[in-house]
Amino acid sequence: MAEITLSAMAHSYQRHPAGPDDYAIRQLDHVWHRGGAYALLGPSGCGKSTMLNIISGLLAPSEGEVRFDGKRVNELSPRDRNIAQVFQFPVVYDSMTVFDNLAFPLRNSRVPKARIRERVQEIAGVLELEDLLGRKARNLTADEKQKVSMGRGLVREDVSAILFDEPLTVIDPQLKWKLRRKLKQIHEQFDITMIYVTHDQLEASTFADRIAVMYEGRIVQFGTPTELFEKPNHTFVGFFIGSPGMNLMPVTRTGEGLRFGQTDIPLSADLRERLARVHTDNLKLGIRPEFVTLAEPGQGGHPAEVEDVEDLGTYQILTARLEGQSLKVRLSEDTRVERGQTVHLAFPTQWLKLYADEYLVEDRA
Amino acid sequence: MSLQLEQISRAVDGVDYIRDANLTFEAGSFNVLLGRTLAGKTSLMRLMAGLDRPDHGRLLYNGTDVTGQSVQKRNVSMIYQQFINYPNLSVYENIASPLRLARVAKGEIDRRVRETAAMLRIDNLLERYPLELSGGQQQRTAMARALVKDATLILFDEPLVNLDYKLREELRSELRQLFRERQCIAVYATTEANEALALGGTTTLLHEGRVIQSGPVAEVYRRPVNTLAAELFSEPPMNLMPGRIRERQVSFDDTTSHSLSRELEVLPEGEYLFGVRPSHVGLRPASDDDLKMDMEVELGEISGSETFLHVRNQSLEMVVQELGVHAHHQGDRVPVYLPLNRLFVFDQQHALVHTPADTGGGLHG
Repeated sequence: MAEITLSAMAHSYQRHPAGPDDYAIRQLDHVWHRGGAYALLGPSGCGKSTMLNIISGLLAPSEGEVRFDGKRVNELSPRDRNIAQVFQFPVVYDSMTVFDNLAFPLRNSRVPKARIRERVQEIAGVLELEDLLGRKARNLTADEKQKVSMGRGLVREDVSAILFDEPLTVIDPQLKWKLRRKLKQIHEQFDITMIYVTHDQLEASTFADRIAVMYEGRIVQFGTPTELFEKPNHTFVGFFIGSPGMNLMPVTRTGEGLRFGQTDIPLSADLRERLARVHTDNLKLGIRPEFVTLAEPGQGGHPAEVEDVEDLGTYQILTARLEGQSLKVRLSEDTRVERGQTVHLAFPTQWLKLYADEYLVEDRA
Repeated sequence: MSLQLEQISRAVDGVDYIRDANLTFEAGSFNVLLGRTLAGKTSLMRLMAGLDRPDHGRLLYNGTDVTGQSVQKRNVSMIYQQFINYPNLSVYENIASPLRLARVAKGEIDRRVRETAAMLRIDNLLERYPLELSGGQQQRTAMARALVKDATLILFDEPLVNLDYKLREELRSELRQLFRERQCIAVYATTEANEALALGGTTTLLHEGRVIQSGPVAEVYRRPVNTLAAELFSEPPMNLMPGRIRERQVSFDDTTSHSLSRELEVLPEGEYLFGVRPSHVGLRPASDDDLKMDMEVELGEISGSETFLHVRNQSLEMVVQELGVHAHHQGDRVPVYLPLNRLFVFDQQHALVHTPADTGGGLHG
């Protein structure tokens, strides 16, 4: 188990990168602590696969250093780094039994026979594979095969980290939660550094204690699932996390306050203080659909026309037009609203976030 | 214009793909086929398109039998999971291809290609080639080709499943807008209850080749005919608990019992299956009449803006849906509150015998 440090690390697939746009990963410093459960989350093309390959050793970064427990490993292969990987599609030997599949990595490193038997039994117990040990792998279901893949990663005692690359893609939807639970149990029991790469917010938030959200080759936020939801650090995180994502309104300054189109948005003293600290004109106010409320007429809400009501059974998503922009509001299933109607949108100030040049303007620390 | 399926069946090597399907689809309607993998969605669509021939039953277009007619003679478009485009043709030519095949005049082709591309917001990509596009843009191109020729029947076979959830959200709401004014029959297959709800129209539940229930989305969602329909049409699936009614008390195990709510008093004493949606059970009471149960946390799944808590006690397992992102740990003990006025009741044959009363807005149209 290792602490993994990325130091002034950057990667470009081009031999002579001309500018920042030529980098798949822009220069960053980052530490994956020993024993942590992490996720790397982002849309396709954000750089997360490049990052994973650099950590595992499939790819050497073009700049900077990768260190395992302080030791430079840039030039070491995944095998020499003792990295175990679990991929989208289970990697098992179909013609071997489950026992032999699990024993394989140990036999390769010449572990004594008795110890192999002990260790395979232990891992099979954790993964609930005991009853299948004598079965040929080809006769297993997709989720059983994926458990064997995980077992092959866990079985070596010298493993420094396990990397997961979208491991639940081929698993039936009804079974996914059971494997998620298993993964969490494994993490708690074995205390191994685990990094889970996915484009799915549910996978990332359920597995990880902390999530690195990647966008355009950068880690734009490294935080807990609650922080990503309640305090997105970048407009992209606001948009990407949550279904639908955060409403983002471009605003302009008016003396002490902010204006969205022709609509003045009242600010708390705290938000006014933050506004005074930034000097850019690229300003946005963000608020999540869960936090926008509907006010009674005359109670300070902003009138907006309802464009659409999406009924999801246990809740509804309202789309309303304010200042030429469509804003989303999450409503309880018991609220009655119709297309074409005028509603009054209210933005509770404790949930309004101010973004300057796309980054959150934080409390003064 | 209508399409009618009469007693349609098809088996391959003795396995029922579709069994006794009776369904009617009207012009201008949006129809969702909801079912798990291998439920028969694709089989049913292939039969409707004329790609496969039924073993029994008839297919009627406007009352005319077209059972044996080949797909070329029908005006059908089909969109698949995989983004299928001609790699050697530009986006423009990809969209134009069905019109060229039908020998539509040049000026008319140009007008319709540009109009359809604009509708799907790929009008700025017309000169590009499919491999230069992102997954979302490729699928938009495939959709544009299917929409451009004014088919009378358009079949979507899980078209969004290979896209990330942000693109899915976006394309899903665009589809709703696109089909509001069209006069064709649209049929859309999905494994996701939330997608069926969001798309609206009519919903047909399929399971192991059989139609379980079909009707307007609100009706099917509110009055699932049996436990299978209830489980298929809610995400996460409806919680089902065996229990009994005796001496004006309801109980789910030997330790807890609760006086019946007034609306359940009409039910005779006996054994039942009680159903409750995950969003209707909570960690805080919704009213004083809620039944309180002590349960243990198995896993908290976090979707980005919601938490799905899997909990259990000696006799029951259920899922609690909470708004917002909350950290829970395996083994935590939590009180779970069950509102008796939200209970669905099924008899021992699993058929619906009681639906909770109308509670306001939401899917009650």
